[in-house]
Amino acid sequence: MNASTAEISVKPAPVEALEKSASRKHWSIRGQLTRRQFTTYAVAGVLIPILLWAFFNEAAIVPKIFLPGPVDVAKRFGSWVLNEGFAADLSISVQRVTVGFLASLVIALPLGLLAGTFKPAEAFLEPAMDFVRYMPAVAFVPLVMLWCGVGELSKIAIIFIGTFFQMVLMFADDVRKVPMQQIEAAQTMGGTRREILYKVILPSAAPSLLTTCRITLGWAWTYLVVAEIVAANSGLGYAVLKAQRFLQTDKIFAGLIVIGFLGLIQDQLLRALHHALFPYLRGR
Amino acid sequence: MTKSIEISRLFKSFAGKRHSTLVLENVSLAIPAGEFLTIVGASGCGKSTLLRIIAGLEAADSGVILVGGKPINGPGVDRAVVFQDYSLFPWLTAKQNVLFSRRLAANTHDNLALERGAEEERAQKLISLVGLSAAEDAYPSQLSGGMRQRIAIARALMSKPAIILMDEPFGALDAQTREVMQDLVLSVVAQEGTTILFVTHDVEEALYLGSRVVLMSPHPGRIDTIYDVPLPKTRNVMMRVDPRFLTLKRQVMERVRETVGLSLDRSALGSTGAEASARPNS
Repeated sequence: MNASTAEISVKPAPVEALEKSASRKHWSIRGQLTRRQFTTYAVAGVLIPILLWAFFNEAAIVPKIFLPGPVDVAKRFGSWVLNEGFAADLSISVQRVTVGFLASLVIALPLGLLAGTFKPAEAFLEPAMDFVRYMPAVAFVPLVMLWCGVGELSKIAIIFIGTFFQMVLMFADDVRKVPMQQIEAAQTMGGTRREILYKVILPSAAPSLLTTCRITLGWAWTYLVVAEIVAANSGLGYAVLKAQRFLQTDKIFAGLIVIGFLGLIQDQLLRALHHALFPYLRGR
Repeated sequence: MTKSIEISRLFKSFAGKRHSTLVLENVSLAIPAGEFLTIVGASGCGKSTLLRIIAGLEAADSGVILVGGKPINGPGVDRAVVFQDYSLFPWLTAKQNVLFSRRLAANTHDNLALERGAEEERAQKLISLVGLSAAEDAYPSQLSGGMRQRIAIARALMSKPAIILMDEPFGALDAQTREVMQDLVLSVVAQEGTTILFVTHDVEEALYLGSRVVLMSPHPGRIDTIYDVPLPKTRNVMMRVDPRFLTLKRQVMERVRETVGLSLDRSALGSTGAEASARPNS
C-alpha cells in the first residue's frame, strides 16, 4: 500500500509540487498540525484583527470617539483599575454569576438526573421545560423587576431563568447517554435503583455533566451582562452602560474585552478541571 | 454452587407501532447444572432475547423459567451476564471493575462476605486467571477489546454466580483473539464449574465451546434442533479439525441456512425459494 502510493507521488515531482505540499498538508481535510503550527495560526487569528483595528484607527476612517485605538483602550483600562473601581465592578459581577449559576445547578442537577432516568419524570418535566426555554430570558426582565425589585435578587433571578431550563434538559440528555450495558451490568449484580443511580449513572455521566456546566456557565455570563445593563448600579455590565452615557467608547471596549477574557479564563479552568477529574478518558 | 435452568413454554413478542412481532414461540429447554450450553442461530432467531429473559433484564409474555428449581423474578446475583462490549465502567480500573459488585448491598451477604478481606484476593486471583495481572490498574480505555472482555469475564465470576449468561461476548473481536478467548473461557469454566449459557451466531464457536448446541430458527424464534457435540469435555485446538467436529459443523451450518431460507419463504417478500436459499445467512 505505502510503496504504491509513494511511487505515484514520486513520478510527477516538479519542484512546485513539493513546495505546495506543506500547505496542502496543513489544509487537508481533517488534517493535523503540530503544536507549534497550531500556535502560529492561533496567534495570527488574534493579531490580524488587532492590527486591522489599529490600522482603521490610525487611518482615521472612523472618528476616534466611535473607534478608539488599542492603546487608548489599554490606557483606559489602566485608569479603570487604578481610579474607577474596577475591582469592585469585577467582584460584584463574579458574585452574581456564582450565586445565580449555583442556584440553577443545585436544582437542575437532581431534576435532570430524574428526567434522564425515569420516564414519568421525563414526561412530567421535559415538555414544560421545553416550552419555557423558548421564552427569551430577557423578556422576563420586566416581570423580574416587578417581583424582585432592583436589588441583587433580580440579577440572580435573570441568570437563573436564562440557564436553569436549558440546564435541566441538557443534564437529562447527558444522563440518557449512559450506555444501557453499564446499567444492565449493575442490575445483574443485584444493584438497586438507588445504587445504580448513584454508583453507575452519576459517575458515568459525570464528564458530560461537567461539560454542560462549562457551556451553561458561559450563558450565565451573558445573562449577567443583560441584567446589569437593564437593571443595576454596579458591576461590569453597568460600567459598560455608564460608559455609553458618557460617550467613553474606550471604556466600552475595555469592558467587552474584560468580559471576553473572563469567559476564556473560566473556560480554560473548567477544561483543566475536566482533565484532572477524568484521567480515564485519555486512553492509551 | 451451580444451578440448573428449566424453561417451559416461553412466549415473547415486541410491540411495534402497528402490530407486534413474535420473537419467541413456545420455547422449552432444560439445562442441567454445570452444563456448557451454546445457542446458535441466524439474526432474528431470538437467541439474545431468550438470554435476556433468563437474565431477568426482560420479561416474557408467558411461560416459566426456573433457576435452581425456583422461578426467577428480575435480575439476580445468581445469574451473571457478560455482554458484547461497553459494559465495563470506564471510570474504574480493571481491578475496581472486578470488585464493583462488592459495593452493592445485594452482594454483601453471600458466601464471600464470610471471608471479608478475601475479596481483594479473589479479584486478584480472577484477574490472573484471565491473564491480565499486569494490567489490573489500567482503565478500560487503555485496554484492547479482548482485554476488556477478559475483565468482563473476571467481573462476572467475582460474586461466584451459579450461572453465567454470555451474549455474543466475542462478537466484536478479531478471529485470532476470539480463538484465544474461547480457550480461556473453557479453562476458566473448568476451574469454576459454573453453568454457562453462551449465545453466538458463529457455528464453529458454538460447537467448540458447548457440550450441547441449541439451534434456533428465526421469525418467530423457535428451538429447531439440539445437537450433542461428540467431543470430550476438555477441548483443545486440534479438535477444530477433528472429522467428527467438521461433519457436525457442516451439518449445523446447512441447517442454519435452511432455517433462514424457511423464514424467507414464509414471509411475503416475494422471493422464490432458490433466491432465498442462495442468500448468505447473516
